[in-house]
Amino acid sequence: MPLAVDPNAVPMRAMPGLPIIGPEGWVAPTDVPRIVDPGERLSDRNFRWGIGAAGTIVLVLLALIVAYLFSASSWTIGHHLGEFFTSINWAPPVHYGILPLLLGSLAIALLAEVIAIPVSVAFSLLINEYAPIKLKRRLVTLVDLMATIPSIVYGFWGLTAFSTYFYGTSIWLTKHAGFVPIFRTPEPDTYGNSIFICGIVVGVMIVPIVTSISREVMAQTPREICEASLALGGTKWAMVTDVILPYAKNGIVGGALLGFGRALGETMAVLVILSSAPKVTPALLGPAGLGAIPQQIGEFFTSVPNHEKSALILAGLTLFTVTLTVNFVARRMVGQPKARTA
Amino acid sequence: MLPVAERHDSSGPLPSDVGVKSPMKVLNGRWKSVAELGGSALASISTTAILFAVTGWDSTFAIFVLSLMLFLMIYSVVCFVEHGALEAKSKIATVAIWLLALAGATPLVAIIFYVIANGLPVVAGHFPHFLTNSMVQAADGTAPISKAGVGAAILGTFEQVGLTALLAIPLSVVCAIFFVESKSRYANIIRMVVDAMTGTPSIVAGLFIYEIWVLPRGTSGKMGLAGSLALFVIMLPIVTRTTEEMISIVPGSIKEAALALGAPKWKVMLLVILPTAKAGIVTAAILGIARSVGETAPVLFTAGGSNFYNLNPFHGVQDDLPLRMYQAIFSHGSNADAEAWGTGFVLMSLVLALFVIARFVGAGKQGSPRKIRMLIARTRKSKETANVAPAS
Repeated sequence: MPLAVDPNAVPMRAMPGLPIIGPEGWVAPTDVPRIVDPGERLSDRNFRWGIGAAGTIVLVLLALIVAYLFSASSWTIGHHLGEFFTSINWAPPVHYGILPLLLGSLAIALLAEVIAIPVSVAFSLLINEYAPIKLKRRLVTLVDLMATIPSIVYGFWGLTAFSTYFYGTSIWLTKHAGFVPIFRTPEPDTYGNSIFICGIVVGVMIVPIVTSISREVMAQTPREICEASLALGGTKWAMVTDVILPYAKNGIVGGALLGFGRALGETMAVLVILSSAPKVTPALLGPAGLGAIPQQIGEFFTSVPNHEKSALILAGLTLFTVTLTVNFVARRMVGQPKARTA
Repeated sequence: MLPVAERHDSSGPLPSDVGVKSPMKVLNGRWKSVAELGGSALASISTTAILFAVTGWDSTFAIFVLSLMLFLMIYSVVCFVEHGALEAKSKIATVAIWLLALAGATPLVAIIFYVIANGLPVVAGHFPHFLTNSMVQAADGTAPISKAGVGAAILGTFEQVGLTALLAIPLSVVCAIFFVESKSRYANIIRMVVDAMTGTPSIVAGLFIYEIWVLPRGTSGKMGLAGSLALFVIMLPIVTRTTEEMISIVPGSIKEAALALGAPKWKVMLLVILPTAKAGIVTAAILGIARSVGETAPVLFTAGGSNFYNLNPFHGVQDDLPLRMYQAIFSHGSNADAEAWGTGFVLMSLVLALFVIARFVGAGKQGSPRKIRMLIARTRKSKETANVAPAS
């Protein structure tokens, strides 16, 4: 039977959920959406599970590290946990207080930041804004190159060349700025092998990481705003302070934090340079003062009895936890890697 | 009328060019800036020189600091007088930035020169033996340096880092693919873990492998492979992160084109995206290798270090370059320092060679989109000039 449809009839708009009813009681077939998605291919599902499994290996690795370090330090956790984080005495086999080491690591990292932040910000601004374009590429290469120099080479340079150079300065600082505790020496008239030198050398070492992060973030500043600032008659410095630095603030802080984590965990340079007692003292310009966790582990781990070994491992676990946390916060601040196009 | 190409530059000003030609600078002229800078420098240095000659102080550091401070003061006064407060601030900031960056670059250049100056004579003076000898006859740095050599260490480094690369790079690439492909919460968590683990203290990696691998095997636990495993812990997150970045900058259109043609995801990844990102991934891998070549702390308790040649990374202690340098630094013989510098020179050369190779490989990656962009810009320009040419 041919369907009689009045060509002039106003087409009935289908209300959602209501059937379309034509003349003579004809009911239009319910519109069922065609399934376009054929579902995931088997090969794709295998692929997805495969890459997921590979990703899981990283989690397993992290869990293994924590678990093994934990179990290896069980003796210290059982016997000396109370004093471990509070005692200022690192005197095995009697006292196992981590503070002289932890504070030393923190002091090195802080000094390193004092060196690295201004230099890195200057580097980033120079590369992004000030340097001519030819020099810009060279500078990027230079910073990358700095990152690849092995830490033991930095350390040996710090021990031989830089310490010698810094010796006179240490004496001068103690003499003229000794009223500030950090410019004193733990033992009278002994200079060199100090937390101070470690801090400076490690500061040089973390310049590349801080620079690369803050440079990337600064480069994301919208160009139009920078140009607007210049167009309003602002000087270049005004553009930097009023546009670029506020925009990149989080990134710079995040980069500095990443550098902080690196500096805390830096082993070889500190191990080569530092000689420590270790004891808690605010004086940083000479040997026999604060220690550093990685240095203590690297220097004594193989030669000490098992109980001290377990304490050193707990120190290592502490260091690991602290650096992981610092890195985690830092990455959050810098933000997710940009432009995920795929 | 201006030539069209100049009036309508499609590429726009380069970011670093903006502001260089600020009208003030153009008006004042370059020579005036040079004169201001040079005059201030001269004034500060001569004032310092006179001061030190009169008082008889002698400290390089003090001279340096004092002349620097004087320079900044004189320069700011000059700028304030000549340009007013605003422009003066900007000029002083420019000088300060250059000086700070210079101060940051100095140690790097100093280190490279220092290593070359101290290490090259050792290596060149004992050319074939230093690179081939083992340390059997010169273990404590007291024997003449002609008996010493880093041959065993070079071999160990190659084997250990090679094994590490073999283990870490494929896994890193797969992990990176996972991060790019998967949008799930799980992938995000793992990405954060990897991010955080890029900063794992290298000594912790050494401790971990010592506990899990070396300790259960007792006296025969230290071996090249243990060193590789410790390096693996360091290398995996680093290479994963950089590889992920390299994969994620592949243009989405390429991927979408392949998917639209009906290719399954895994084929798109393996046959389209990975080949496109190949140069970047290779660069990431080489930089990761360069990084682990120089790592000392992970191999400290794991590879053991040895004075002998040990071809087998799966049995017995093995030497490598950073460990050799470490042992030389802590030896007390009269030749120990020379050995350390020689080893350091070999190590640095190896790392720098890897760095240069990575640059070369990476140059292709950076070059191609740039070339395409330039090509597009050029054709657009030539079209415009062709269109306009008859009219003018």
